[in-house]
Amino acid sequence: MTRGNIVEFAGVQKSYDGRHLVIHDLDLGIRHGEFLTLLGASGSGKTTTLMMLAGFETPTRGHILMKGVPIEHLPPHRRGIGVVFQNYALFPHMSVAQNLAYPLKMRGDDRATIARRVEKFVHMVRLEGMEHRRPSELSGGQQQRVALARALVFEPDLVLMDEPLGALDKALREHMQDEIRQIHRELGVTVVYVTHDQSEALAMSDRIAIFQDGRIAQIAAPEELYERPASAFVAGFIGENNLLAGRSEGSAADGRCRITLASGAEARAALPGGRTRPTGQVTLAVRPERLAIGRPAELLANRLRGRITDVAYLGDHLRAQVDIGGGQRMIVRKPVDQFPERPTIGAEILVGWREEDGLVFS
Amino acid sequence: MAVAVAHGAEAAELRRAWHRSGQRRRLVSLLLVAPLFLYVLLTFMLPIGLVLYRAFENPELIEAFPETASTLSGWDGGEGLPPDPVFATFARELADAPKRATAEAARRLNYEISGFRTLISSSARKIDSIEPAEPSAMRDALIELDARWGEPAYWHAMKRATPSYTPYYILAAVDLRQDDRGDVVQAPEDQRTYVDILLRTLRIAAVVTLVCLLLGFPLANLMANASGPFAVVLMIAVMLPFWTSLLARTSAWIVLLQKEGLVNSLLAWLGLIQAPLELIFNTTGLYIVMVHMMLPFMVLPLYATMKGIPPHFMKASASLGAHPLRGFLHVYLPMTLPGVGAGALLTFIVTVGYYITPSLVASASDQMVGYFIAFFANTTINWGMASALGMVLLACVVVLYLIAARMVGIRQLAGLK
Ligand SMILES: Nc1ncnc2c1ncn2[C@@H]1O[C@H](COP(=O)(O)OP(=O)(O)O)[C@@H](O)[C@H]1O
Ligand SMILES: [Mg+2]
Repeated sequence: MTRGNIVEFAGVQKSYDGRHLVIHDLDLGIRHGEFLTLLGASGSGKTTTLMMLAGFETPTRGHILMKGVPIEHLPPHRRGIGVVFQNYALFPHMSVAQNLAYPLKMRGDDRATIARRVEKFVHMVRLEGMEHRRPSELSGGQQQRVALARALVFEPDLVLMDEPLGALDKALREHMQDEIRQIHRELGVTVVYVTHDQSEALAMSDRIAIFQDGRIAQIAAPEELYERPASAFVAGFIGENNLLAGRSEGSAADGRCRITLASGAEARAALPGGRTRPTGQVTLAVRPERLAIGRPAELLANRLRGRITDVAYLGDHLRAQVDIGGGQRMIVRKPVDQFPERPTIGAEILVGWREEDGLVFS
Repeated sequence: MAVAVAHGAEAAELRRAWHRSGQRRRLVSLLLVAPLFLYVLLTFMLPIGLVLYRAFENPELIEAFPETASTLSGWDGGEGLPPDPVFATFARELADAPKRATAEAARRLNYEISGFRTLISSSARKIDSIEPAEPSAMRDALIELDARWGEPAYWHAMKRATPSYTPYYILAAVDLRQDDRGDVVQAPEDQRTYVDILLRTLRIAAVVTLVCLLLGFPLANLMANASGPFAVVLMIAVMLPFWTSLLARTSAWIVLLQKEGLVNSLLAWLGLIQAPLELIFNTTGLYIVMVHMMLPFMVLPLYATMKGIPPHFMKASASLGAHPLRGFLHVYLPMTLPGVGAGALLTFIVTVGYYITPSLVASASDQMVGYFIAFFANTTINWGMASALGMVLLACVVVLYLIAARMVGIRQLAGLK
């Protein structure tokens, strides 16, 4: 099989009540074998998209193609798509082994095959010795693994996961992220993963689709999303960012953009090739870790004087808020040793950044 | 992580402190439940205790003929008549006993051998004509009075009726009796009725429970999945029977189902029947009305269970490749079992004890145990028999409950899980 698209959403719309669109004109291709994450705020339509793909909701308009075949009217049980539900949905009256055997039994596999497959997947999610326990006798993390194994045991080409780690604590979540990644690599299965946690999305995905009110704001690899967000929304959503409102004076001959901030200070930003030069009200985005402070800042194209209003010690780095005048603040994040001295609240400070670290959005 | 306190003295001190800190709270909650506890004790435990006592209590002969009772208990109850002094004592006490006590004893003895009542009352009337004499002469005089006093069976019956407590009623309630040798045997064939009645009661309750389950399951499912106003309408429809008086409902059914009733008229008008159907005062009527009465007992526990089953289980089943029908069988149905168990048990238990409705809408041959308990308690004032039948019914229900608790789990039956 070519590494084409396994699933294609073509002009899909969804309305639950016939009045409001929850999904607007969704066009989305899911590539064979990729780990695609749908990332967005709560209510942005991620679950709806996933449920349409799984077959529990029908698109109001448009088509969903799987391997080139329209599947809008195929009932869920004939789609062969594995689903990991947010609350796991493990059958409480069945043991771990029976839960895993269920999809195989439904497919009419013989006993020996079922036993072999169940054993293989119990081993894969490292639940040996727990085969005969009921879900209620397992910890949250163990239940999560059973749900994962159950969605994979019948070897579907596509697995959907709706916030599968949402109920776990932070350490366990990070551990499970690694495991899911590893299983994805081992099996080569296509994964569509829903989360509202951007660091989870960054850590796990081949590509991320950012959902904004039922639309995809941008779909790209994590690095591209971080470095070259397509809009101020994406810039603010992925990672921490300083978003400063300002006015652009329009074109400059050197391919640069001049922005006047609220305090009257001027900042310059390079515009990547091909982008039209925005005029009027614009937003300037600068990552907190790209800001220089103190003496190093003096050499940079953009420099602002400000006053420290808050400092947080975060172990491996310091995070300071700087008032740059005009009611605007910037956040600076630096390894502890890169602060010239331990910053004190109220102290004056110089912040600076390179032209190419500032992004302008209209 | 909790760490146990190591040292003995320290541990004891901790336990004391812990105890003290909870004492006040425990005391207050105890005081708060005390009225309920008393109420349950007085209105539930006490009556059950009394019923149990009444089923075995046997005071009639001891009150009327105390000395005869004690001499009879000295008799070995072998073949033949008791020794002569028994006759003499009995004749003296029969003459002296107050009328009311004699009547009670006669009634009691009549349970043992029918006709004993007239034997006692006629003998009591004529006893004054006998002159006191030697014991052996007294014996002959009594037999002279009525030849039945010469039959050992009557004396054996009298001996069986003398102890303070008797298994008579409880044995009779399951068609058993003690013969003259004191062995437990089956009652004569023409007197075996209660086992049939008990089996009939259990059968009616089982059928009503099954029909309620078959009708109630889809209804409860619809209610659990219905949304907004429709769910409310359904709920009211189910609860309505609960909100109307039992008698009003039963009479309404009689009006509907009788020969010239609405149902028969409608069927005749539609041309579906030539002659009116017999829909009431028979088994059919009993089932129709009882199922209607019991439906809420089945539907409400089912509904509560189904409401607690989130839809994602069926979705998971479908995503794993199961046709909805197989998903229903393998996933949904097993998860509703606690509700099925609770509903079936409740329906069964309430039906088994039902009395008013069957007595109004069923034929004489369809009456259930409750009817006979009421009959003994109200009509013949046979508290022993009424209590014994009540005990048998209670035992059936307890056994059933234990079986159900074993199968479904007691916590689930009680709705705690
Ligand atoms: N079954 C439903 N009926 C009606 N509205 C729904 C239903 N499911 C979701 N919605 C609405 O659709 C929107 C998108 O929801 P959802 O897809 O669950 O978002 P997300 O998973 O991104 O949080 C929300 O506004 C939500 O209220
Ligand atoms: Mg969601």
